[in-house]
Amino acid sequence: MKTKMSFLSWSLSAATLILLAGMFAGCGGNQGKAGPSAVSGDAASAVYVPPGQYDEFYAFMSGGFSGQVGVYGLPSGRLLRVIPVFAVDAEKGYGFNEETKPMLETSFGFVPWDDAHHPELSQTNGETDGRYLFINGNNTPRIARIDLTTFETAEIIEIPNSGGNHSSPFTTENTEYVVAGTRFGVPYPQKDVAINTYAENFKGVLSFISVNKEDGDMDVAFQVLLPAFDYDLAHSGKGDSHGWTFFTTYNTELKHTLLEVGASQHDKDYIAAVNWKLAEKYIAEGKFKEIPANYRDNSYSDETHMATSKKVDKVRVLLPEDCPGLVYFLPTPKSPHGVDVDPTGEYIVASGKLSADLTVHSFKKMLAAIENQAFETTISGIPVLKYEDVVAGVVKEPGLGPLHTEFDGKGNAYTTFFISSEVVKWKVGTWEVLDRAPTFYSVGHLMIPGGDSKKPQGKYLVALNKITKDRYLPTGPELTQSAQLYDITGDKMKMLLDFPTVGEPHYAQGISADRIVPNSKKFFPLEENKHPYRALGEKEARVERSGKDVHIYMTTIRSHFAPDNIEGVKVGDRVYFHVTNLEQDWDVPHGFAVQGANNAELLIMPGQTETLVWYPKNEGVIPFYCTDFCSALHQEMQGYVRVSAANANTPLVWSLGEPEPEQ
Amino acid sequence: MKALPRLCMVLATAGILGLFLFPMWKIILYAPQYPTGVQMNIWINKIDGTEPGTLQNVNILNHYVGMKYIEPDAIPELKYFPMVILVMAGLGLLAAAINKKSLYLTWLIIMVLLSILGFYDFYLWEYDYGHNLSDTAPIKIPGASFQPPLIGTKEILNFTAVSLPHIGGYLAGAGIFFSFLAYWFRRKQ
Repeated sequence: MKTKMSFLSWSLSAATLILLAGMFAGCGGNQGKAGPSAVSGDAASAVYVPPGQYDEFYAFMSGGFSGQVGVYGLPSGRLLRVIPVFAVDAEKGYGFNEETKPMLETSFGFVPWDDAHHPELSQTNGETDGRYLFINGNNTPRIARIDLTTFETAEIIEIPNSGGNHSSPFTTENTEYVVAGTRFGVPYPQKDVAINTYAENFKGVLSFISVNKEDGDMDVAFQVLLPAFDYDLAHSGKGDSHGWTFFTTYNTELKHTLLEVGASQHDKDYIAAVNWKLAEKYIAEGKFKEIPANYRDNSYSDETHMATSKKVDKVRVLLPEDCPGLVYFLPTPKSPHGVDVDPTGEYIVASGKLSADLTVHSFKKMLAAIENQAFETTISGIPVLKYEDVVAGVVKEPGLGPLHTEFDGKGNAYTTFFISSEVVKWKVGTWEVLDRAPTFYSVGHLMIPGGDSKKPQGKYLVALNKITKDRYLPTGPELTQSAQLYDITGDKMKMLLDFPTVGEPHYAQGISADRIVPNSKKFFPLEENKHPYRALGEKEARVERSGKDVHIYMTTIRSHFAPDNIEGVKVGDRVYFHVTNLEQDWDVPHGFAVQGANNAELLIMPGQTETLVWYPKNEGVIPFYCTDFCSALHQEMQGYVRVSAANANTPLVWSLGEPEPEQ
Repeated sequence: MKALPRLCMVLATAGILGLFLFPMWKIILYAPQYPTGVQMNIWINKIDGTEPGTLQNVNILNHYVGMKYIEPDAIPELKYFPMVILVMAGLGLLAAAINKKSLYLTWLIIMVLLSILGFYDFYLWEYDYGHNLSDTAPIKIPGASFQPPLIGTKEILNFTAVSLPHIGGYLAGAGIFFSFLAYWFRRKQ
C-alpha cells in the first residue's frame, strides 16, 4: 500500500511539474499579456451606458454553486436580477412560500440546492428566440425552464437514472429537445453493488427532454443507454447536422477511483454522436423498452401562482444494439470538454483539455465514414469511426487546456484555455491562430451572444473566469468569480471591462434585448388570478378556521393590509397568511413578514397570491409588516395578530380601520 | 349641391356619435416615478385609462392627500349624458330629414349650450375632487388644492397634470362645426 501511495504521489507531482512548465511556456508565448489591466484608452466609453438607458444585450450567467441565474446587461456589466432556480432564495420567498416549495421536490424529497451550470436559450430556426432559458442542475440531475416573460422558473424536471447532469441542456435547432447526460456512470437502474464492479454493472445514460412547442412543457421523451463513460458536455447540430446531438466523453477507461490519473490515460476518448431523428423513428416503431423509474416533473402556473409536483414512474429507453445507426463514437483527443458546432453545422470542435491541439471534426466526413462502414471497432454495439476519416482539421498548439469554443458568425472561432488563461481566436477552415487575449484568471467557458446558434451576434465576447486573486478589493478568503468583456468587432480582441459575478458562472447566454423587452410582463392581471386562496378585493379579505388550521385571506394595496388586526389565533395553530397583492401597476410589489416566522418573507408581485405558514408559539400580540418599500406610507403598512392560549375563548375576529363613530 | 346641408348635418350627427367610440377627454399625470405618465380617459359613459389598472392607480395616488375615490358608478352624468347625446343625434337626423335652416341653427345652439354646461359640470367635479378633501388625509398641505386644469397643464405637488381633449372630443367639436356648415349652406340656397 505504501509503495503504491508513493508511486501515486510521485506521478501526481510529475503531472503538476509538467503543467507548471506548460503554464510558463504559455506565458512566454503570450506577447500580448501587458500587465494586470491590458485595457486600451477608449474602453470606458465603449461600456458606458448612460443612466436611464438600456443595455444592448441581456447576458444570463449561471450561478454555479449558488444554484441561481444572474441576469446582466451588456456592455455595462450591470446586474439586473438574480433568478432563483435550484436553490431556495429567502429574498424572494422562493422555496420558502407554500407555492414554490413543490418546485424543489425530487425523488429524494425536497432538495433546496443544486449546482447550476449551463444556461441555454430556446431557439427557433437555430436562432435565439427569447422565450425560455434552460439550465441544468448538476448534483441531483434536473433541468429547469425559466420563462423570459416573467424571469421566473416555470418548470423543473428531474432526470432519472443519472448521476451528475453536466452535459446539459443544449437545445436543438427548434427547441424540439434539450438534452441531459450523466457525468457519472451509475448502476442502471440504481442498485446495491460493489463499486469495483463498475465495468459490468455501471451504465451511462443520455436523455432527450422534449419541449412542447406551445407552452414549453418538458417531458423525458427517451433515454439512450451507453457505456459508463463520463459524459461531459454537448451541443446539438444545426443546418445539415440538425437531427444529431454530440456529447463529449472522458473516463472511457471506466475507472471508479482516482480518476485524475486513471481517466487521463487514453490518448483519445470519444464524441458520442446521437441521431435523435432516427431515435424518433425507433420510438414510433416501438423499439424501446419501458422501464420503471421514479422522478419528478414540477411546474409553476402564472394563473394559480402555484407549483405542482408530478410523480413519473416510467421512462422509455433505447438500446444501441437494438437500434443500428443511433449512436456512433468519434475518437477525439484527449478527455474533451466542450463540443461546439459552428454556425453552418459542418464543423464539430472538440476541446481536448489534456491535448496539445484542438481537434475539429467534419459532419460531412462523419456521414461518409458511416456510409462506408469502415469502423475501427465497436463498443457495446456502437460503431467507433476512424479518427482520420472524420477529422477536418487541427488547430496546432493554440494554448494549454482548451475548454470551450464559440463563433462570431464571420468565420472565426474563439476558444478558452484554462491553463494558459487566455482566449484564442482562430479561423474556421484554415485552422490558423489569429489572435490571443489574456484572461484574469483561468477562464472556463466563454460566451458570444448567439455564439452557439446559427446566427451569432459577434459584437462582444464574455470570458467567464474561475479565479480573481488580486483583481478586486479583497474580501477575506472567499473571492468573487468574474466575467470579462471583449470587443470582437475588429481583427484583434479588445478587453473592455471585467466585473464580479454571482456565484460561479460556468456558462452564459446572451441575446439582443429587443428579443425580450417587448414580451416582459409588468404585472399579473387580477382577473386571471386562480389561486385557491385568493382574495380579489378587500371585501373578500377574511379569516377562516378549520381545526387547528387558520387561513387568513389577506390583501395588500398602498399602504395597508386587509385585515390588519386579527384576534382569535391560538398557540399551537398552523396559520396560513394567503396574501394577494391587489396592485395593478408596474414595480409595486409588497412584502410580508411576521415576527418569529421560521421560513422567510413573502415578496408578492402585483396580482399575485403567495402563502406563508406561521406557527404561533407564545401568547402575545405579534406584529407583521410590509418589507418592500412600496410607497410614502410604507412604514405605516403594518398590523397585529393576537395570539391567545390554546384553551382560550378569544373569538376569531378581523378588521381594518376603526369603526365609524355612531352619529 | 342641393344635398350639401343635409350631408353636413348627417356628418354633424356622426361626429357627436363618435363620443361612443372614443374618449372625449384625457387627463395625464406625470411624475418622476411615472415617466410615461398615468393617463385617465373620460368617455361619455365611463372613465378608464390606457392600462386596465389606471383608475385604481390614480385613486391610490389621490388617497394620500384625501381626495375622494373616482368611482364611475357614483357619477350620474355618465348615465344621462349618453341619453342626451342619443336624443341630440336623433334630433340631428330629424333636422336633416326636414332640412330647415332654423332647425339646423336650433340644433347648433342647443349643442353649444350643452357643451358649455358639460364643461361647467366637468369643472365642478374637478373642483370637488380637488378641494373636498378628507379630514383624515395622511398628507395635509395647508391651502393646497389638487384640482386638475380644465384644459392645459398645471403643476400639482410632484405631478404635472395635463388635461386635453381626446379623439371623441375633437369629433364632437367637428360635429358641432358641421351643424354650423349645414345651417350656413342651407341659408345660401
